[in-house]
Amino acid sequence: MNATLPAYNFAYLDEQTKRMIRRAILKAVAIPGYQVPFASREMPMPYGWGTGGVQVTASVIGPDDILKVIDQGSDDTTNAVSIRAFFARVANVAVTTKTVEATVIQTRHRIPETPLSEGQILVYQVPIPEPLRFLEPRETETRIMHALEEYGLMHVKLYEDIAQNGHIATTYAYPVKVEGRYVMDPSPIPKFDNPKMDDCPALQLFGAGREQRIYAIPPHTRIESLDFEDHPFRVQEFDRPCGLCGATDVYLDEIVTDDRGGRLFACSDTDYCEERRERAA
Amino acid sequence: MYVAVKGGEAAIANAHRLLDDRRRGDRSVPVLTLDQITQQLALAVDRVMAEGSLYDPELAAMAVKQARGDLIEAIFLLRAYRTTLPRFAASKPIDTGAMKIERRISATYKDLPGGQLLGPTFDYTHRLIEPDMADDRPVPEPERRSCDRHESAPRVTDILGADAMIEPDGEGTPEREPADLTRSPRTFPADRDARLQALARGDEGFLLALGYSTQRGYGRTHPFVGEIRIGEVEVEIELPELGFPVAIGRVKVTECQMISQFKGSKSEPPQFTRGYGLVFGQSERKAMSMSLVDRALRAEEFDEERVSPAQDEEFVLAHSDNVQATGFVEHLKLPHYVDFQAELELLRRMRSEQQYEDAHKEAAQ
Repeated sequence: MNATLPAYNFAYLDEQTKRMIRRAILKAVAIPGYQVPFASREMPMPYGWGTGGVQVTASVIGPDDILKVIDQGSDDTTNAVSIRAFFARVANVAVTTKTVEATVIQTRHRIPETPLSEGQILVYQVPIPEPLRFLEPRETETRIMHALEEYGLMHVKLYEDIAQNGHIATTYAYPVKVEGRYVMDPSPIPKFDNPKMDDCPALQLFGAGREQRIYAIPPHTRIESLDFEDHPFRVQEFDRPCGLCGATDVYLDEIVTDDRGGRLFACSDTDYCEERRERAA
Repeated sequence: MYVAVKGGEAAIANAHRLLDDRRRGDRSVPVLTLDQITQQLALAVDRVMAEGSLYDPELAAMAVKQARGDLIEAIFLLRAYRTTLPRFAASKPIDTGAMKIERRISATYKDLPGGQLLGPTFDYTHRLIEPDMADDRPVPEPERRSCDRHESAPRVTDILGADAMIEPDGEGTPEREPADLTRSPRTFPADRDARLQALARGDEGFLLALGYSTQRGYGRTHPFVGEIRIGEVEVEIELPELGFPVAIGRVKVTECQMISQFKGSKSEPPQFTRGYGLVFGQSERKAMSMSLVDRALRAEEFDEERVSPAQDEEFVLAHSDNVQATGFVEHLKLPHYVDFQAELELLRRMRSEQQYEDAHKEAAQ
């Protein structure tokens, strides 16, 4: 019994597959916000753990790229560590935790606080790419709704939130309209990060492996978060600065420090926080 | 705190080392060999091959061992390897009529050409735990019959088909390659080949529950087991250079042909219809469930009202894959504290607004 030991291509995926994914990416860039179906492969990590993002990253990354992987804004969360180690192993690329150094950044649930620049690629891991999914579970229906630009249902949902709660009760994965056409799910980033997508100089790519969809926001695309004239879109505000670096206007994690109600509020973007503390020191 | 601190890399490495240790267990107990797994846990290996969509008992046995007996994990391992393999051909349709049969039963005919062969079945065993299982008692050799007389065992559906009592098998579409969900994205409505592939790879438990639901009135199809057969079939591929098919190996499969009623329509006479199940290895439960669900999913073809989960193609196909399902369910254990924080902030704001309003109301009173 000796099974042949497998050998893997650069960045794991075979070249044919990468080409197929790149074609999907090109189409996605050409139609901003449109969900392009692609033949998602089975990856050596579980569905729902970033297989879409990993496939997109594997298809755009080259030997000279510098990769950063974050989860919840942090480079040190377990799944970010695991994905970074995966690419270090199968693509032997340089990795970094510094946003400014990275050429490709794969993320789950956050956009870095440091503004992105031209030439960078931000790859989002997407669990449910369809912004209308929880209003209409059928793919056959939602595709028609997108085709006809029929987004009334979404506005009704947001309106009902306001009528019932006085607020739009969506705090993350807050839907956006891309260049005045497609309503898009920005992945489960907090709505705090939505404004960063607008007119961003970096290329933003979204990969949903289990749901077999890729979509994109080309650089400098207009991104509007859905709202109403009398209920304009607003991001979360924190009433205190980061407890570690003192930053304001950043997204904070709430860390429980004891069992007597003690809390520490600190930057969710760990690289941003460290940079600030280093500079202050 | 498993996320907020540095050192995730070392923690992961240590967790995996501990996993290795637990997999091996007590070192004084002999390690499992792959032969032991393929021989003595053959049905586990079969399930892993079927839902892993890769016919390779040795690799499947390795996966079962590595996964510590967690079959969905083993299926995942096999899938992740399979996806890296090149595809050089699509085989010709296997001929289950020419199967080397180990078991073959029909519930619709008392006797039929080729006979009823019980084969190695749990049916009619009394489910009493055998004390013999605790040790290594010798097991007698089975009855054997000589294989020289080649008795043909035509498929029951072919027998019915000769009288045109059942819908024809369909010609398939030999001009195009069969659908492959692992190479092209899922689309709806799906063709039957794509549906059957999804069901053949689908989770046994999920299909079992759906098949069961059709028997309890959720999309009833009045089924009969026309036939179940288990055995080996040859796999042939066509080589363009040769111009004739060449056998490249043999696989063991379980086939189930479920026969269902159909009242007929304007264009079709009343006749029996088919539900089809085919699974790698030996698994009647899976093949039967698959054939029930296949028939239920054909509701549209027969102008049947689609009212039940088993008849709902999007529902069934989007949720039948256990590697997808387990990944997405289990991803909930990944950190979600950014989104949780966002929800917490909203809740606090809404509650403070409410308190403010209540206080005002009280003051006004």
